[in-house]
Amino acid sequence: MSAGADEAANGARFILATDCGSTTTKAVLIQHRDDGYRLVARGEAPTTVEAPFEDVTRGVLNAVREVEEAVGRDLIEDDRILSPGRQDAGVDLYASTSSAGGGLQMMVSGLVLQMTGESAQRAALGAGAIVMDVIALNDGRRTHEKVQLLRRLRPDMILLSGGTDGGDVRRVTEMAEILAAADPRARLGTGYQLPVIYAGNRDAADVVRGLLEPHTTVRAVANLRPSLERENLSPARDAIRELFMEHVMAHAPGYRKLMSWSPVPIMPTPGAMGLIIDKVARRDRIAVLGVDIGGATTDVFSVFRAMEPEPVFHRTVSANLGMSYSIANVMAEAGLENILRWVPFAVEEGALRNRIRNKMIRPTTIPQRLEDLIVEQAIAREALRLAFEQHRALAVGLKGVQRERTISEALSPTDGHGSVVDLLELGLIVGSGGVLSHAPRRVQAALMMVDAFLPEGLTLLAVDSIFMAPQLGVLWTVHERAASEVFDRDCLVRLGAVLAPIGTGRIGHPCLTVEVSGPDMAPVTRRVAFGDVVLLPLPPASAVGRVSAVPERGFDLGAGRGRPVSARIPGGCVGLIVDARGRRPFELPSQAAARIERLRAWHHALGAYPERT
Amino acid sequence: MQQAYSPGLRVTTRALVRRERRLPLRGSVLARVGDAVRPPDVIARTELPGNLQTINVALRLGVEPARVAQMLVKPLGADVRAGEVVAEARGLLGLGRRRVAAPAGGYLESVSPISGQITLREPPLPVEVQAYVQGTVVEILPDEGVVIESRGALLQGIFGVGGETWGQLAVPVSSPDAELSPAALRAEHRGCVVVCGARLSYEAVARARELGVTAMIAGGLDDLDLRRLLGRELGVAITGAEEVGITIVLTEGFGRMRMADRAWELLRARAGRLVSVSGATQIRAGVLRPEVLIPETDGAGTETEERFGATLAVGSLVRAIREPYFGRIGRVVELPSELSRLETEAMVKVLTLVFADDGTRVRIPRANVEIIGG
Repeated sequence: MSAGADEAANGARFILATDCGSTTTKAVLIQHRDDGYRLVARGEAPTTVEAPFEDVTRGVLNAVREVEEAVGRDLIEDDRILSPGRQDAGVDLYASTSSAGGGLQMMVSGLVLQMTGESAQRAALGAGAIVMDVIALNDGRRTHEKVQLLRRLRPDMILLSGGTDGGDVRRVTEMAEILAAADPRARLGTGYQLPVIYAGNRDAADVVRGLLEPHTTVRAVANLRPSLERENLSPARDAIRELFMEHVMAHAPGYRKLMSWSPVPIMPTPGAMGLIIDKVARRDRIAVLGVDIGGATTDVFSVFRAMEPEPVFHRTVSANLGMSYSIANVMAEAGLENILRWVPFAVEEGALRNRIRNKMIRPTTIPQRLEDLIVEQAIAREALRLAFEQHRALAVGLKGVQRERTISEALSPTDGHGSVVDLLELGLIVGSGGVLSHAPRRVQAALMMVDAFLPEGLTLLAVDSIFMAPQLGVLWTVHERAASEVFDRDCLVRLGAVLAPIGTGRIGHPCLTVEVSGPDMAPVTRRVAFGDVVLLPLPPASAVGRVSAVPERGFDLGAGRGRPVSARIPGGCVGLIVDARGRRPFELPSQAAARIERLRAWHHALGAYPERT
Repeated sequence: MQQAYSPGLRVTTRALVRRERRLPLRGSVLARVGDAVRPPDVIARTELPGNLQTINVALRLGVEPARVAQMLVKPLGADVRAGEVVAEARGLLGLGRRRVAAPAGGYLESVSPISGQITLREPPLPVEVQAYVQGTVVEILPDEGVVIESRGALLQGIFGVGGETWGQLAVPVSSPDAELSPAALRAEHRGCVVVCGARLSYEAVARARELGVTAMIAGGLDDLDLRRLLGRELGVAITGAEEVGITIVLTEGFGRMRMADRAWELLRARAGRLVSVSGATQIRAGVLRPEVLIPETDGAGTETEERFGATLAVGSLVRAIREPYFGRIGRVVELPSELSRLETEAMVKVLTLVFADDGTRVRIPRANVEIIGG
């Protein structure tokens, strides 16, 4: 943190934070009051990185003007944010995150796709980047195809890795030669050289520099895979973040001006969101899954093994799963039938396809009719499901390491490098992004997350109230107290929890009995049949309630088949969703009429949508 | 949000366009600064290295790797044809001859005394870069290509498929709302860029491909027809490299979409002219839009670009860009400042609009219109 940021944070009364998303720029104003730091207003406006504006600050000022109108305080002077402010105007601290311009788009390379290639990918993802492609000597492409790919994709930055320290220099050199031949140009701006981070075999650093420096700016850092058994991602991640500011952001349209308004470095949006998730998991000692579903990408963050001294944090970004720019890719990857399985009415395929494509090319539109909202939320379920699948696949241990396996591992069907994602350990799901944060009814957000992630046992559910977790992430780096207080009081909306037994049975047969009690509420006991979804009340979010449940024989809530569970949980505005639709497997009826009937019954039970009389 | 969406597409009658034309690898630049070029002119050329094949001669002849060099029947660097013998070993007393043939044509590049393998390099693949636009070479990129400058009309579409092409502009439809029937395409459209009106059908594309039409420009296209055309579902909107035998540029979107008057007038007035068309689209930031370039022969003039501000006002001419009114055009008559509740229960800023065609008055979210005129 810079001295300027320190000084600004010290005793700050008004704090402004913005997030320049790929479609929308959001602004929040935080004020220190008698009860601590609180959110006082928010505003948003379309992001203006692209033509005809090509200046990100236009969107920032438009969003901040909405805040000004809401609070009646001048925050802008001479077309810039007034910071530091005066007694009657401006703010004491201003910070911003950004994923505009598609965020930080990187290509990474390693020698072997599954080893250094994968480590390089993890380093870039952890720093908040979108990995456009991974190039490796064994990626099956011919040299000139690699060259053409590098030129066509025009990344913002390249991470070159490969080889263990003291190993063969020749093959890393080959990769550098390919990069040199491609002479790739940076995506934004023409007046600067593409930054390349070299984090491979240290013995090859000089050779790599010699090959690449005429065309690119090379930053050599410690090897991210110094030996097969060790991964050392921090130096590469730090370099990515620094170069993001120094080279990429400084040349994006309007960013130089934006950077001059704040003493706090602009942080990539996903980096800021990951920071918040990690902090919450460590503070509450709970396994957390965070998801941020945006217009172009969906980020998934997880912290598992939360009770261990060093919990495991993973972040993945599904660069082409999102609700606007990438919406057609959700259709392509999930298949239209998988989207339609969540829609409780018949839809004409041709019209739906055109609608999805038009959302892709005009990404800021919103559903006006209820049917459109339901379809959009069905697409969101599939985007979340696919992003989560990708997360599970990448949140694994190191490959290429020789290690001893226990007998049980040897007999298990996995390869011994299984995902660390454990749905029974998962204690909290936090959803963020327009489709979740802005869902007209909070229960819609809860159901989208339950349908997409299929949590097991008892799991708390929350959403980012107004899509402000990224702003609080960057704020956390300079003003932890303000960020933490606003996060708990104004950002995190506790929806309640979902209780989902593992197992399957016959529709209508007993599945479990649930009892909920809490302050200022009469205890509720319900027997729930297999195939049903039931909503039970919980105390308000500020209170703590108790959930006790006894599964029928053959069903497991985490304590073993037929064994009861009991837990104290915070309340929530939606309540406790008892999801007895089955797990392992979860199945929807294959016949359209039966499926639609079930969906309508579940939506009705939860009060998910307005019902026409 | 107070602002309406503006896709920022350029529709201008006098643009100054610079296009960089680069080889994928270093090679020879054939043009010089000041050269007047036309789209098919080759301005740079190179050769991509051919495929490398490795042949384990030691194993196949049953000899020590160190002896493989002696077994070659052709020297390193020599050209060989596919099937031609490249190494040979004889048994005792010259009996039991064993041979290794070249799996492909090319030349012998190297032999390894350690692995006993020889490498055969297939013939290089020639690569040429054409000018694509009619204009003047204003800069040479040494060993890589040129920059061409051109003045003329420029129309950016909202979505396209297929690569760069060119041809004479043909307008066989009578209005921006018309739909091109396949029967209206005739032999004389071979090599042409055809303007198709409000909707491009798969049948019309198929007929155009048969006839050798180079590109089609239309208001809209059904996504099901796009899938049929590509033979796959298009996921990420990064296009331009499809090999579909024709380039397509959509000016408005998916479905049946009347061409905007500006685009229609620009094209109709230039029927018969040589145009360059690219379907390459990248819908992400740093957006790349498909384009239609129509060089002006008189060359003079400054850019007069029709861009409309993105701030809504009472009186703005807008088009609805989402159901239930998608594609309809009207004027803004009211911009209430308070939030309104939609059927979805979302609270958003709306506007009141009177449609131009039937005078209907409706309220729609501000986010669901685009400004098409002041």
